[in-house]
Amino acid sequence: MTSASAAGFCFRLVRRQLVLGLRRPVDLGNPLLFFAMVVALFPLGLGPAPDTLADFAPGILWIVALLSNLLTSDAVFRSDLEDGSLEQLLLAPQPLYFSALAYVLAHWLLTGLLLGLASPVFALMLGLAPAAIPALAFSLLLGTAVLSLIGGIGGALTVGLKRGGMLISLLILPFYMPVLIFGSSAVQAALNGTPAGPYLAILGALLCISIALAPMAIAAGLRISVDT
Amino acid sequence: MWTLFHKFGSPPWLYRLSGSILRWLLPITVVALVAGSVWGLLFTAPDFRQGNSYRIIYIHVPAAVVALAGYYVMAIAGAVSLIWRMKMADIAMRACAPIGAALTFIALVTGSIWGKPTWGTWWVWDARITSMLILLFLYLGVVALYEAYENKALAAKACAVLSLVGTVNIPIIYKSVDWWYSLHQPASIKFTGGSTIDPSMLYPLLFMILAFYALFTCALLLNMRAEILQREQRTAWVRALAGEREGS
Repeated sequence: MTSASAAGFCFRLVRRQLVLGLRRPVDLGNPLLFFAMVVALFPLGLGPAPDTLADFAPGILWIVALLSNLLTSDAVFRSDLEDGSLEQLLLAPQPLYFSALAYVLAHWLLTGLLLGLASPVFALMLGLAPAAIPALAFSLLLGTAVLSLIGGIGGALTVGLKRGGMLISLLILPFYMPVLIFGSSAVQAALNGTPAGPYLAILGALLCISIALAPMAIAAGLRISVDT
Repeated sequence: MWTLFHKFGSPPWLYRLSGSILRWLLPITVVALVAGSVWGLLFTAPDFRQGNSYRIIYIHVPAAVVALAGYYVMAIAGAVSLIWRMKMADIAMRACAPIGAALTFIALVTGSIWGKPTWGTWWVWDARITSMLILLFLYLGVVALYEAYENKALAAKACAVLSLVGTVNIPIIYKSVDWWYSLHQPASIKFTGGSTIDPSMLYPLLFMILAFYALFTCALLLNMRAEILQREQRTAWVRALAGEREGS
């Protein structure tokens, strides 16, 4: 097996996941709809005063992004475990590390990317200052990729279990916290007029380390889950 | 080396070894805990700023120190069980999680009891408190994952993966919470005394830390013995052991 064939395999795997996702456009819209609904809950809970909302906006948007990512992580491997294609993937000669990375990439393209691109609209709804919007979008684009990788670990570990939904949040929410801290700090920094670059750089560093390590944990988790 | 390695994989051998260790470690631990508490609570001078309330340090700090160390014991046991597929390592890992969670909880509760008279509030979103809270969540996550699996051998593997992921993450979480704290909030609260602690207070503290390590070891071995008996309940040696007890 050459490296080119492994890359081609991953590419086809990503394309397959994307096609599967795009054939069900409603599922594709669900995380965004969830995002919109939870964003709408905050003015109802906190009161509609624009000042308060604008103050809390960076935190609100980041927490909602985190939750919507969490809810979709549960399903990354589930359907493929149920129809047996995950077992075939484990038997395939291609390294599982790259296959896991391909799954996560597809998941991010279908959730995090869309969320990052749609976030300016939600930011305006909460009255976030326009100056902070690029920082929000970039931090979400970088951060959700990290979240997808960490969520993949949780998804892989719980996919074989009957009721994974609640468990996955208990497992991976602690690991989401650094991303939340640096993501919302980036937006906060942009709001205060200080450069958001350092925080985005840290998010990038977190992304690098997760790309390097998370697929290993995902692969190990998948091997365990397929055994159940 | 290899014979020792194989012996560690043998449940009856470990059961007997842990029994003979506990026979002298358990009394020592009890004596050390009582002696350390008496030393710390009665025979040290009160702090000139905090009065007597600081004495909770003799429970708080040892619990926190051992809770942190316990996570690494758990992760190392997890790594050993993943790499060498040693059955006893995953029993050790499984036994660590509830003890670690309990110690973290003790550290948080004593910290909050200590915070009330000194800082005037039960809870502060301070960097250290927040990271201890996250540590508690990590421990409870491992317990929850273990309980979710029907097949306990797979449960142990899954927990091993999770605790290794946690090991990579703990420094990141710790650092990020540290930065978050220094960024978002003015340092309104400082640990009085700081690093300068009088030897007359330090020695009983170190003694209590050692006693808590011994307590951790005892609890770990006791938990492991229970788990070994449960897993091996159908084997001849456990039946013989149970028969012995019933007969006598």
